[in-house]
Amino acid sequence: MKILVPTPLRQYAGKQATVEVPGATVGEALNALTSAYPDLRRHLYSDEGKLRAFVNVYLNDDDVRYLQNEQTPVKESDTLSIIPSIAGGR
Amino acid sequence: MTVATDTAATLSNDEILRYSRHLIMPEVGMEGQLKLKKARVLCIGAGGLGSPLSLYLAAAGVGTLGIVDFDVVDFTNLQRQIVHGTSDVGRKKLDSAADTLQEINPNVKVEKIEARLTSANALELFRDYDIVADGTDNFPTRYLVNDACVLTGKPNVYGSIFRFEGQASVFATKEGPCYRCLYPEPPPPGLVPSCAEGGVLGILPGLVGVMQATETIKLILGTGEPLIGRLLLVDAMGMRFRELKLRKNPDCPVCGPNPTVTKLIDYEQFCGIRGQEEAAPVAMTDMTVEEYKQRKDRGDDIFLLDVREPHEYAICSLGGYLIPLNDLPKRVNELDSSREIVVHCKMGGRSAKAAEFLRKAGFSKVHNLAGGINAWAERIDPKVPKY
Repeated sequence: MKILVPTPLRQYAGKQATVEVPGATVGEALNALTSAYPDLRRHLYSDEGKLRAFVNVYLNDDDVRYLQNEQTPVKESDTLSIIPSIAGGR
Repeated sequence: MTVATDTAATLSNDEILRYSRHLIMPEVGMEGQLKLKKARVLCIGAGGLGSPLSLYLAAAGVGTLGIVDFDVVDFTNLQRQIVHGTSDVGRKKLDSAADTLQEINPNVKVEKIEARLTSANALELFRDYDIVADGTDNFPTRYLVNDACVLTGKPNVYGSIFRFEGQASVFATKEGPCYRCLYPEPPPPGLVPSCAEGGVLGILPGLVGVMQATETIKLILGTGEPLIGRLLLVDAMGMRFRELKLRKNPDCPVCGPNPTVTKLIDYEQFCGIRGQEEAAPVAMTDMTVEEYKQRKDRGDDIFLLDVREPHEYAICSLGGYLIPLNDLPKRVNELDSSREIVVHCKMGGRSAKAAEFLRKAGFSKVHNLAGGINAWAERIDPKVPKY
């Protein structure tokens, strides 16, 4: 499946905007992503291994928090998006 | 304001001519234009987002525009903050913006609020307006604006930008989600660079600020489908627009049924003090630019390490050896730990991290150049450009 990496995190993902990963669930796909790009891991997960509260993960256009979180099943044709907090305005 | 003949209830012939393209559309018409005239909108910030936002709201005939800002126009603003011009550099943004807006539409009443928005003044300020448009540039103020909107029941027309990506939504309406439903917690300080550090494509606040203006006008008119419960994502590089569904979080600490945030809090503390990127404070192991110059002139053997990015090096350099901060861990073997090393970046923030990393890696003679190349340009060599 395809994971869309937002601009602020691209520097930790080999400067790529999209990364193709295998996986049957959201958690597996994210795991595949952070295995390929270990620098991303601390930006997405806390030291306890939980997805950080300021990181939003969307499966297509739905927040995985309102699906089955990391257990949400995914299809090859799905797109996972990491939505970062940004605050710029000036 | 009590005026005997309520001029807000009618349009003058001049106004009818000015708003003719609105008036001939049934979606606005006389009724809608009068709603715009009676509306009171508060813009937080007269910067990148605030510029297009306030320009279009003024042109559209929004009767009262409050603007909160405490900043002064500088040259780096002009690449995107189109409410200000070159001759405004050095002026208060409020004065500069007010002049531009009055020139566009003298019918608009501009209320200049020269203040930093804080937990102490936000609620009182917001109560005076119908809609709040958030064009700030840091996380503490984002959370403050959101919470104050929820607590006063004012819609929060949100826009946010980074480099070439933007977000827009309408938060804190009665039925819709708020900013905290989407982002319960802020990212740790320093993780997300500000526009000053990360840069921003000049047109991006234009795109996003105009979306905020559009949403504000739709809310005033009570027409169309506002961005409530939807987050619009803009990628200016791919020129792609995407939309995500937002939900009202039943456990939201501020807009949920059992709120734990019932008054404004200390948002600097909530966001880990430093929400806005500023020059790092001077530490014991820092070296001032004056000291560095003196040491260099004396012929001391100092290795200058530049931890900026290659595209920044192309703007200006002090002839340092370039290893971008992110590459330092894997390229540390290129450095000689027996030599004295001075690390610099643009303003001293990244180089402080690099110096800390090097010390932990066993480098004992490492200094951070306080204030970075900008301090050098300002205090030592004016031929080096500031950016």
